Amino acid sequence: MPRFSAQFGRRVVLGIPTTWLIVLFLIPFIIVFKISFSEVRLAMPPYAPLFEWADGKPVAVRLNLSNYSFLFTDALYVSSYLYSLKVAAVSTLFCLLLGYPMAYAIARSQPTTRNLLLMLIVLPFWTSFLLRVYAWIGLLKSNGVINNVLMAMGIIHEPLTMLQTDFAVYIGIVYSYLPFMILPLYSNLEKHDATLLEAAADLGARPVTAFLRVTLPQSVPGIIAGSLLVFIPAVGEYVIPSLLGRTDQLMIGRVLSDEFFANRDWPVASAVAIFMLGLLVIPIMLFQHFEKRTLEAHK
Amino acid sequence: MSKQTNGQSKGAPYVRIENVTRKFGDFVAVNDVSLEVQRGEIFCLLGGSGSGKTTLLRMLAGFETPTSGRIYIDGQDMSGIAPYDRPVNMMFQSYALFPHMTVEKNVAFGLEQERLTRDEVRRRVGEILDIVKMGQFLARKPHQLSGGQRQRVALARALVKRPKLLLLDEPLAALDRKLREHTQFELINIQEQLGVTFIVVTHDQEEAMTLSSRMGVMNQGQIVQVGTPTDIYEFPATRFVADFIGSVNMFEGKLVEDEPDYVRIRCEDFGGTVYVNHGISSAPGATVWVAVRPEKINIARHPPAPPAGVHQPGAGQGENVVRGTVKEIAYMGDMSIYLVQTESGKTVRVTMPNVARHTEDRITWDETVYVSWHAESPVVLTR
Repeated sequence: MPRFSAQFGRRVVLGIPTTWLIVLFLIPFIIVFKISFSEVRLAMPPYAPLFEWADGKPVAVRLNLSNYSFLFTDALYVSSYLYSLKVAAVSTLFCLLLGYPMAYAIARSQPTTRNLLLMLIVLPFWTSFLLRVYAWIGLLKSNGVINNVLMAMGIIHEPLTMLQTDFAVYIGIVYSYLPFMILPLYSNLEKHDATLLEAAADLGARPVTAFLRVTLPQSVPGIIAGSLLVFIPAVGEYVIPSLLGRTDQLMIGRVLSDEFFANRDWPVASAVAIFMLGLLVIPIMLFQHFEKRTLEAHK
Repeated sequence: MSKQTNGQSKGAPYVRIENVTRKFGDFVAVNDVSLEVQRGEIFCLLGGSGSGKTTLLRMLAGFETPTSGRIYIDGQDMSGIAPYDRPVNMMFQSYALFPHMTVEKNVAFGLEQERLTRDEVRRRVGEILDIVKMGQFLARKPHQLSGGQRQRVALARALVKRPKLLLLDEPLAALDRKLREHTQFELINIQEQLGVTFIVVTHDQEEAMTLSSRMGVMNQGQIVQVGTPTDIYEFPATRFVADFIGSVNMFEGKLVEDEPDYVRIRCEDFGGTVYVNHGISSAPGATVWVAVRPEKINIARHPPAPPAGVHQPGAGQGENVVRGTVKEIAYMGDMSIYLVQTESGKTVRVTMPNVARHTEDRITWDETVYVSWHAESPVVLTR
């Protein structure tokens, strides 16, 4: 009897998230995947069925690959993908460069200050993400706070164009995603054994060498986790480039939404989404491969 | 304290600690400690937790800065010298091996900070790993090693830089008893082979006794006694030292007679008079303590024979002897411990080696016995 209830409990515990993922992720994914092979049609729904049915049996499958090939014939998609990857990569790098010292400082601070600092990192989440991005418009626009202050101080005489530039997108993404870099890095760095640095110093390593050879290699899992948490959502980011970014160069998230809602070309939109997913699965698989290797190393 | 300066004939001390104090806020971790250690010594700092021994060691390594006082190593003032510039290496209690590096990389780390060729580094790493018998584990990571193997790697890593002074923080604490005994002797061998000066911090008196050529006993931030293990055991300077090192029977008493070559002490708490065949310089009537080691006490069914000249020249009838009842016997194999309660209620601890395998007529529970000792056995302590 206890064996049965333990098994039952295990099934319930695993069953809830499994059901959740199947209903809200796997099924929608299959639908989108299916649509990506359909032909566009001016109808409701706006795509042709994949299977032709007769007497309750599928008699023909119309697999349409042109949606995918279309992605590579129109320069818009290729350049949007590449631009998205570039923006995500550069933003991730800046998040890492800013976040690492912050995470390190928090991990090395006194326990009481540490909690305060961690709360400060999480504090922005108490305000709507959208609101915070809008706030950046107020800061960056031509007659915004930053330009006004710089002009009042006499540092510049004409307002700088900051809004609707790559710069604004980087600011927006780095600002919004920095906590996702800091938190996993912190949880890694906080576990480091301080005596290892003493041992390194004792063996003649100056602080910089000790950091590079002892702290940094041990924080690689934290760097990877933080980078993935920033890179993956940044590639598909829609709000930030729409509000702060260039109008002449779209990111792939914007292209995707335009295809769905402006063009109503669901099959191409689905193909864009599936291809993007493919792009993002690669780094995740690399990460898992790495995780597995470190896990094996610690056995 | 008389033997403290017995090393001075060998020349200038190698490590000189001068009036060093270290405070953490209001807490005085190390309180005005002065100490000299000679080249080639194994010096043990022995003390309980919070006695300041580890803080003192960390100041030698450069991880803590003295609040006041100075430390000289090989004549060089260490004030303001960072840990990575000191001619000192440390073996950490936790070993502090780099978990992401192999044994070879761990040991090579220190050498790579010097300007050495790759071949030279490899040669010296191989050499030292052979000395600690870890040569075949070059490619292992620390988590693939046993506790004893990690200890050896930590030792090799600390020794490979050929430091003038090696600091060892509880070097054997993480090892089990059998391995510890074995490793103790190996440590001494390696130390003799390489001629490095060792300063060892330990809370384990047995470890300190077997390892050290000299030791310092620390209590509440101060060094209370420095001497060879024999000095400390046989001639403890204070009640704390007598009690901390080994076990001891302590009797409080009043000084009755104090002559240059003997003293008589009346001890009410065990109900007798103690005669000691060496003088102390204290006023008659002063409160003193008599410390007698359990193995220096004899236990018998009959009172000892009257003083027969040589052994107890001055002890009178009924001195250095007390009658009591055996309350507990603990058989330890090599010896037995007897707890004897005197008529005054004091418990006396006596150990006797089990020389014979079968003793028909062994002293047993609740027997009335006489415990006695020679006039030279007790130590008289004034503080």
